[in-house]
Amino acid sequence: MAATPVSINTNMPTLSPLTVQLIIGALIGIGAGFLGAFMVLRRMSLVGDALSHVALPGIALALMFSLNPFLGAFGTLFIGILGIWLLERRTALPSETLVGILFTLSLAVGILITPEPELLEALFGDLSKVTPVDVLLTAGALFITIVLIRRIYRGIILDIVSRDLTRSMGISVHTINLIFLILVAIIVSLGLKVAGTLLMGSLVIIPAAAAKNVSSSLRDYVVVSAFFGALCSITGILLARYFSLPPGPMVVLTGGALFAGTLLLKQKK
Amino acid sequence: MEPILRVEKLGVKFDQNEVLRNVSFDVGKSEVLAIVGPNGSGKSVLFRALLGLIPHTGNIQWSTGISIGYIPQKLAIERDLPLNVEEFMRCKSKNREKMLQLLKAVGFQDEHHIEQHVLRQRLGLLSGGQLQRVMIAWSLLDSPDVLLYDEPTSGVDLGGEETIYNLLKRLKDAHSLTVLLISHDLNIVYKYANNVLCIDGDMICHGIPSEVLDPKALAQLYGGDASFYKHEHANP
Repeated sequence: MAATPVSINTNMPTLSPLTVQLIIGALIGIGAGFLGAFMVLRRMSLVGDALSHVALPGIALALMFSLNPFLGAFGTLFIGILGIWLLERRTALPSETLVGILFTLSLAVGILITPEPELLEALFGDLSKVTPVDVLLTAGALFITIVLIRRIYRGIILDIVSRDLTRSMGISVHTINLIFLILVAIIVSLGLKVAGTLLMGSLVIIPAAAAKNVSSSLRDYVVVSAFFGALCSITGILLARYFSLPPGPMVVLTGGALFAGTLLLKQKK
Repeated sequence: MEPILRVEKLGVKFDQNEVLRNVSFDVGKSEVLAIVGPNGSGKSVLFRALLGLIPHTGNIQWSTGISIGYIPQKLAIERDLPLNVEEFMRCKSKNREKMLQLLKAVGFQDEHHIEQHVLRQRLGLLSGGQLQRVMIAWSLLDSPDVLLYDEPTSGVDLGGEETIYNLLKRLKDAHSLTVLLISHDLNIVYKYANNVLCIDGDMICHGIPSEVLDPKALAQLYGGDASFYKHEHANP
């Protein structure tokens, strides 16, 4: 891990590598928790969980052709979400079986074609090479995500209550779904550094599932989910650093502990 | 008077399965049209076609500038869905004053109760009757001209049914609404509807309930059980 401090530019205060990692972790956690809140309500937990696996062959292809791994990951994730979107459009049947099979297959292909030195970090996350530019990129993506979701959340929520009701109000459910899934693909690709392709999906789902246990209004739920996302990320990154482990598993384990805690709270109510 | 809705030779097909055939009727302003028929007869499909949600043949003509409120039959609301009544209503209108006024109009007691309990209640924790009332208030938030209401009494206990219909009638008069409602209860049809449309894939009858719901139409609709209905309603 690089020990020298990194600076954004000459006018800005110097940030230690750990600070940069924690900021990125927090931003990704917020984005994942925020989007995950809607994924869980839309009963897309399993899809969300497996979705990040699709990124691995993309990363491998990007490494082969010396491209930015983010672009490769986003490319294959985009194809993945387009597949989910088309499945949703074509049929009202649960697409989880097909999605489960295709996403796991792409993980298998990804493991075979990813160069071995990069495999571990691609699978479990690696924050050692993040730069302040990544902070800016992540902050920008998070900002766009929040702005766009604020514009379309009405349709997402009504669609959960009744699709016919939503469509009868002239809201294009399919367009909203596509925008939503593209945002998921962006946040998941950016978050691969934190949790890796194997576990990033869990960072989308677990904070939301935990927040659902303790929230009685949509507003509380979304805010708590985003906060839990950041909490899992930051705690996981610090634990990973302390035990010299990759961050992904620690982030997800923190989420698991948080979920168990909220479940106990829910039972007590 | 020009009808608010004119339907001509409406047909709906899912794959090769013809769900509706040759359905034609008009709806006038402030009319209450009840749509009756056995399960699977295409009543909900008719509503979805009227709302432009599914492809169809024939002609559906709404008067220009008409706004439609719709209350679907099945709402997929989980008990632990973290969405309260106020947030749900805000998906349609942010006008809190109107929200309170309509919740009062649909039968929730005093403003304090609505503010402190109803608006903050999770949608999934409302009883069947409360949810129907909230849905009616919700559908009226943007002051529609027409209300399409699919099975108003589904999920409401028997004692509550009458009240929902009384309420609908009161709101219809107050807001000069045109109401199309799907019902399985012929008593309700006789009591509240100006006109009835009977369908079972095909259109079986259309007109004033006491005139068109004759034994022949009822036998066609519900099979051999027609005499029971005749006995109930021949001399209302």
